[in-house]
Amino acid sequence: MTDAATPSTITGATDPVLSRRPESRAWKKFRTHRSAVLGGILVLFFVAIAVAAPWLPIPDPAATDWGAVRKAPSAAHWLGTDEIGRDVLARMVWGAQASLLAGVVSVAIAVILGVPLGIVAGYFGGWTDAVISRCTEALLAAPFLILAIALAAFLGPSLTNAMIAIGISATPVFIRLTRGQVLSIKAEDYVESARAIGLPTPKILSRYIFPNVLPPILVQATLTIATAIIAEASLSFLGLGQQPPAPSWGSMLNTAKNFLNQAPWMALWPGISIFLVVLGFNLLGDGLRDALDPREN
Amino acid sequence: MLRYILRRALIAIPTILLISVFVFSLQKLLPGDPVLAMAGEERDAATLEFLREKYHLNDPIPVQYFNWIGNAVQGDLGMSLRTRQPVTELMAEKLPVTIQLAVMAMIFALLIGIPAGILSAVKKGTVTDYVANVVALSGLSIPNFWLGIMLILLVSVKWQWLPASGYVPLSEDFAQSVKTMLMPAFVLGTALAATLMRHTRSAMLGVLSADYVRTARAKGLAERRVVLKHAFRNALTPIVTLTALLFGELVAGAVLTEQIFTIPGFGKLVVDAVFNRDYAVVQGIVLVTAIGFIAMNLLADVLYVVLNPRLRGQ
Repeated sequence: MTDAATPSTITGATDPVLSRRPESRAWKKFRTHRSAVLGGILVLFFVAIAVAAPWLPIPDPAATDWGAVRKAPSAAHWLGTDEIGRDVLARMVWGAQASLLAGVVSVAIAVILGVPLGIVAGYFGGWTDAVISRCTEALLAAPFLILAIALAAFLGPSLTNAMIAIGISATPVFIRLTRGQVLSIKAEDYVESARAIGLPTPKILSRYIFPNVLPPILVQATLTIATAIIAEASLSFLGLGQQPPAPSWGSMLNTAKNFLNQAPWMALWPGISIFLVVLGFNLLGDGLRDALDPREN
Repeated sequence: MLRYILRRALIAIPTILLISVFVFSLQKLLPGDPVLAMAGEERDAATLEFLREKYHLNDPIPVQYFNWIGNAVQGDLGMSLRTRQPVTELMAEKLPVTIQLAVMAMIFALLIGIPAGILSAVKKGTVTDYVANVVALSGLSIPNFWLGIMLILLVSVKWQWLPASGYVPLSEDFAQSVKTMLMPAFVLGTALAATLMRHTRSAMLGVLSADYVRTARAKGLAERRVVLKHAFRNALTPIVTLTALLFGELVAGAVLTEQIFTIPGFGKLVVDAVFNRDYAVVQGIVLVTAIGFIAMNLLADVLYVVLNPRLRGQ
């Protein structure tokens, strides 16, 4: 997605000096945006943990130890153990993988479905637009989580189906955003002139329309990852996401809820992690919006 | 005005029909033959055929849809497979519980979100504004079911101030009912308060720089009066419409909140239905919440015109 946003495609210009400008300006603005950098660091931290999970010196997240059930944090188990003696830290680390995967994959589904539909609706208008827009409105009318719960329920509970359910539920937002962007770009002079010199439609779409709808979609995608991570945690908390014994922050909280008296630490870490990673994506998204907005200095 | 409302209501009809098609087609996603599940142990051909005829499963799919929607319009959303109660009856039973939770949550949200938004707009760029923004962003990032668990841990387990779960109907014991609902409503309310605060802040920032606010200040009016009477009144329009649009978040949040505090409401109904494979109930709930959401959208549109005198004549 990002490699399509190379400088020359963003401006449509070929001059290397001129074309580099908007991007480097955005990057400069982003770098000085303190909260955005904090968000980026939070996100990178969790991505690093998730990627490095297989090589970290932690116990098997599924290994039970009946001699160490619900033990408080100690030197042997930094974050304690759960109700069947599994290491909470190990489950946290592997849970990061499930959470981030769910966030990224479901948003990828929403972008892959939503952006082309939005471009088609916005660019061609008429009958096509009417059909796509009415369907989008209908899907937007069902509350996000209710729709995801219903889909997960009918597809059957699993992490993959949760990602599909969240992805489909998030699609209408991208259709609407892309459509709106295309409508305003379509009226720009450079698109008019491209049409006037007889460029074929696919070329206009790929060279002028698509690169210009990307920045707001990038912002929306970042913010939607935050929503999707909470949605996955919610579905797993309800038992509709990741299935045991595979670890997920949401399902860890679901179990922890039953042992609040005896093992409060079980409820602490998954929640803090969800909060931090979601905060990270929210800060990053806000920062990207400020950096990519051409109207702001 | 009436014509405007009617026109908006007519536009909503195709949307509702599309949702109903979607909700109906959900059951076609199910793997396996529904008749096999219904028949249980008695799987002889005659029983299966009888069930198929009884539930019109031999009809073409469009016919099945029209049967379903025809019944739905008359308030018949099918039977719960588990309790053998009509779905509409089940929903009517649970709805008051969730409405109580939603109303109390909304009160929390308004009491926290609006003053915080006004304060942060008036004190833009100061520490107060910064703190309010950090708190709001954190509120948006905290999964509210975790906040609920943490509150149970502190308020119920540690300090033993409020019960961790349970529900007492309002009609039975008003004070006790409000008391048991206090914590869940707070959890659900804070999630909405964050959104409301951000909207209030931006709406207030918009009007605080308007000419009439400057005039009011130039007249020498007290700042308090300028902010509350002149600015806030005009910022109210977008805030009211946005509050109506928070309905979706409210319902979704209620599902999780009811699950944590074991409140027997709408949200608990849908989750239990999912686990009992009680699909008619799930479909009914999705359809009804979507229609409720569309109705709230309609209300938001109408309120926008009612509150904004400039739009009334059009």
